[in-house]
Amino acid sequence: MTAREKLLAEAAKRILITDGAFGTEIQNWKLDEAAYAGDLGLSHDQKGNNDILALTKPEVPASIHRAYFEAGADIAETNTFSANRISQADYGAEHLVRAINVESAKLARTIADEFEARDGRPRFVAGALGPTNKTLSLSPDVNDPGYREIDFDHLKDVYREQIDALVEGGVDFILIETVFDTLNAKAGIMAAIEAGEALGRDLPIMLSMTLTDLSGRNLSGHTVEAFWHAVRHARPVTIGLNCSFGAEQLRPHVKTLSALCDTLIMVYPNAGLPNELGAYDEEPATTAGLVKEWADAGQVNVLGGCCGSTPAHIKAIADAVQALPPRAIPKPPVQTRLAGLEPFTMVAA
Amino acid sequence: MTNLSTGFVNIGERTNVTGSARFKKLIMNGDYAAAVEVALQQVEAGAQVLDVNMDEGLLDAHEAMTTFLKLIQAEPDIARIPVMVDSSKWDVIEAGLKCVSGKPIVNSISMKEGVDQFLDHARKCMAYGAAVVVMAFDEVGQADTKERKVEICARAYDLLVGIGFPPEDIIFDPNVFAVATGIEEHNNYGVDFIEACREIKARCPHCHISGGLSNLSFSFRGNEPVRKAMHSVFLYHAIPAGMDMAIVNAGQLDVYDQIEPELRQACEDVILNRDPDAGERLVALAEKFRGTDAVAEKAAAEWRSLPVTKRLEYALVKGIDAHVVDDTEECRQAFARPIEVIEGPLMDGMNVVGDLFGSGKMFLPQVVKSARVMKKAVAHLLPFIEAAKEPGAKGKGKVIMATVKGDVHDIGKNIVGVVLQCNGFDVVDLGVMVPWSKIIEAANENDADMIGLSGLITPSLDEMVTVAEEMQRSAMTMPLLIGGATTSRVHTALKIEPMYKGPVVHVLDASRAVGVATALVSDTQRDDYVAKIAAEYEQVRVARAGKGQSELLPLAVAREKAFVADMALKPGKPNQPGVHVFEDWDLSDLRAYIDWTPFFRAWELAGNYPAILQDEVVGESATSLFADAQKMLDQIIAEKWLTARGVAGLWPCHRHGDDIWVQTQHPEAHRSPDGASVPEFFHVPNLDRSKEASVRLPMLRQQIAKREGRANMCLADFIDEHGDWMGGFAVSIHGIEPHLERFKAAIDDYSDILLKALADRLAEAFAERLHQHVRTTLWGYAVGEQLDNEALVREQYRGIRPAPGYPACPEHSLKPILFEMLEAQANTGATLTESFAMLPTAAVSGFYFGHPQAEYFGVARVGRDQLEDYAARRGVSLEQAERWLRPNLD
Repeated sequence: MTAREKLLAEAAKRILITDGAFGTEIQNWKLDEAAYAGDLGLSHDQKGNNDILALTKPEVPASIHRAYFEAGADIAETNTFSANRISQADYGAEHLVRAINVESAKLARTIADEFEARDGRPRFVAGALGPTNKTLSLSPDVNDPGYREIDFDHLKDVYREQIDALVEGGVDFILIETVFDTLNAKAGIMAAIEAGEALGRDLPIMLSMTLTDLSGRNLSGHTVEAFWHAVRHARPVTIGLNCSFGAEQLRPHVKTLSALCDTLIMVYPNAGLPNELGAYDEEPATTAGLVKEWADAGQVNVLGGCCGSTPAHIKAIADAVQALPPRAIPKPPVQTRLAGLEPFTMVAA
Repeated sequence: MTNLSTGFVNIGERTNVTGSARFKKLIMNGDYAAAVEVALQQVEAGAQVLDVNMDEGLLDAHEAMTTFLKLIQAEPDIARIPVMVDSSKWDVIEAGLKCVSGKPIVNSISMKEGVDQFLDHARKCMAYGAAVVVMAFDEVGQADTKERKVEICARAYDLLVGIGFPPEDIIFDPNVFAVATGIEEHNNYGVDFIEACREIKARCPHCHISGGLSNLSFSFRGNEPVRKAMHSVFLYHAIPAGMDMAIVNAGQLDVYDQIEPELRQACEDVILNRDPDAGERLVALAEKFRGTDAVAEKAAAEWRSLPVTKRLEYALVKGIDAHVVDDTEECRQAFARPIEVIEGPLMDGMNVVGDLFGSGKMFLPQVVKSARVMKKAVAHLLPFIEAAKEPGAKGKGKVIMATVKGDVHDIGKNIVGVVLQCNGFDVVDLGVMVPWSKIIEAANENDADMIGLSGLITPSLDEMVTVAEEMQRSAMTMPLLIGGATTSRVHTALKIEPMYKGPVVHVLDASRAVGVATALVSDTQRDDYVAKIAAEYEQVRVARAGKGQSELLPLAVAREKAFVADMALKPGKPNQPGVHVFEDWDLSDLRAYIDWTPFFRAWELAGNYPAILQDEVVGESATSLFADAQKMLDQIIAEKWLTARGVAGLWPCHRHGDDIWVQTQHPEAHRSPDGASVPEFFHVPNLDRSKEASVRLPMLRQQIAKREGRANMCLADFIDEHGDWMGGFAVSIHGIEPHLERFKAAIDDYSDILLKALADRLAEAFAERLHQHVRTTLWGYAVGEQLDNEALVREQYRGIRPAPGYPACPEHSLKPILFEMLEAQANTGATLTESFAMLPTAAVSGFYFGHPQAEYFGVARVGRDQLEDYAARRGVSLEQAERWLRPNLD
């Protein structure tokens, strides 16, 4: 059974749980620069380079993965949000991209297999690709709207390097997450498709968009429906939303996606909105109560948390939805679905 | 928030350089801010998808496409609708896809280059997340009939669905072609499209059908009211049949019900091909609707108060040379070095001219005038530049131009030369009758970037092949450009290109020359362009090889199907048989016989005289040119610049098989009882035949298999085997040389070309006038004929005057025979080159046939059997005959 088939089989039985935040969990370890840097001999300050811990302090991500599995997670997301050549350049660690991804993936894989062996319940590993801090759709120079810092092929190559390493480390899926720029995601999709072709097998893609305004658009301006039209060709095994705001604000957009997409819906919101000090203080029970509403409405297949969420949040969510039926995948009519920033659907005559 | 189409999708077409002259100009000028405005207007006007096309020879389409797409991505009001990435070049499409973040449409892919490439492109579209327009085009060619459209679309559909392409993302373009073109085969194109829509929709579930409407009304360019009506009527019928998208200017469609009923009916008859005359009816009606909204811009003399650099620009654009030397001098004093005047204001002005011409807003006569102004300015500066010993301005590239050996026609070549010079190319013009050795020598000596060959008569086609062969033998690599009236893309692809490994490009007319030459000297475009042309020519060869050529009948069968003229109707004996010489025909008499339409065509102004003078697009230009022509004609006549000399002969003759035997000496001796000649084999007792001069004119017969009841024609069919009469003529216009010298000295290409074009018209007018004189007086079979010039132009008279080298007797070597019959050289001073071109260039010769059933036709292709038969009749070797007849052989 392929990873895609296995996930679909499990998702047909129940609502699956993905994990929660890593960044806020790592902060709890109060690591100093030396702990991050290890003995890699890097010239840049490594403090805050969470992904490099796979090489310098693997016990940190390992313990977080364990905590989320203990809390009830079915899916672990690798700690590789910034483990790409563009983001690692800020830490002078581009040459470690492959190693970080391979080690992060192996780590998550080992622990997932360990938990699966323990109770026989399948555990999955999603290799996480962040959006990078560059955008293909927008100009950083207000005086030159046609300027771009990077181009499609460059970003595709950056992603391909990361994907190949994640696959080498044993991930089941490629999760292109926190998509603020739809074109960045399309470059990631192309990289994953080409990686799958090179492997000669299905390399399932998970896609997760992030909204930057309450009208329901990401930074590049796409509505959730336009986003779906723009990425549907990836045949994603899950599509959904993450980060953005709290669950409260995501509600209408989850509903829209749920009705539209003929694949699994995965949503992992932040634990509410940050307070004035930038900290998340939404209680696990509150978050769980909000996301349970979607489950009650039959709108989701996979739930989890993003910024500010903890193993306690994940446990609360898992407990809240464990008895609820998963969303049934709809069969929307065959229509030509195009998109600019907004969707455009042609009715077949 | 979801935009749901309600059955029909308007695709905005104003952001397409091939469809919008304005947009093209903006992009060419790099005015992207204004170009983005155009896109915004399209969205505001209701476009649901934005077509973006940058396919323009002078543009880096790749760069323009990505720049523009990135800019509109930054405009949420534009970027909200999907983009159609439109290009004929896959790499441009792919570059575009990398800049578009939604789900776009690719326009287009096809099986033109084979299934492998088609599926490769389709897979890439899938990976980029794009829907595709699939052109109904396969390895054989573009689908024209309903059957081909359906067959190709069904095949493409099955292939695409077979690789997992979502069927709903397939949009077929089954090719909208022009109707009402006057060509019978085109009449059913509208019906073919509409019926194909229905079948494709039924055969291919979930697919869509699109099309470019502007093709449909191509025959009515410049007549917007008629075009809008045609488009609306077409959609009215095509939409119910399944067409659900169209590339159309959304604001420019008429409401079907509000179209003027007579016009609507005429459009409907054409589009639905209700009867064979529908096209002509619409053409006739169209004039009534032409350009009510034309706005004429009047330039004021205020321009003289502009700053001097602006005055130069104005003078260049308007072609005004009155003040150019003064203005140039003023500029020269203002600049540090004289060369800066050329590189600065003058080149700037010529760039404006080039842009206007490129975008179809200026026409050839104006450009030639602009060139005259430019040359005068440069001529004024040259002595200063030379005095300062500064290097001259560096051109874009160097072009060697020549009319090939045996040919003397150079109007077209000169126009191309001027246009290229206007656009910054150095042109080395070798003149006319240039042998290949001199062309190659000049190209090497001048370190040329390309060679341009020109020719008008059919033997020049062969000479061009020779030049190509010799260039190959010299291991040259520079591009070879082919142009001239008888040249064609097909001939270039089949006969010339295979002889030369370097790039060979057929240039259709002067307006294309700049684009071609620019692409060929461009570092970035050259390789792609050359590859594209080579591929096109290969396609032509493949299509030609694959195309079942119409069948040829054996010569014997064709002869059995000869035209049978009713010899009871043949004209009688001429009033004045024999040869008549006209040493100086009155030019003012000829003036009224001028057919002006070809005159405008020589200047690449399309349209018929006199309607062209009011034409919405070229009217202003045509009127100005016409005025200049009239002025020069006045001078030609008043100052007796030119002399019209001619000769006409009328002789007894008879037909024998496909030969015509003409008795050019003592015709009286051959008189038959009815006054005509007697055939050779008649026994005429006691006749001294030793002084007889019988001339054998072997004629060619059509061999193409024709419908039942249609004859396979030959000119001999119009002559009675029992004795008849025929004639011949040669006219020419002399004395042009000193005037051309004068214009050359004055650096005045415009007047040079104008005078040559007028001399050509006078020669044609003389031929027309002399024919009339023959019909009404010398032969006299049409004494009471009363025809005005328009009727003459339409050939509404009895009898024909076919010329050797033209379709009814395509073999040029009959010309020296005709010249001998007429003693033309002695009688008129005209001569022939080795390729049988007449000198002076402004000259016409031909045969007279007086039978009322005589008509013009084209011999077209002939078989080996006729070639062998002809060689024997003509008394030449097979090789010789083959060379002469090559254009008519397979």
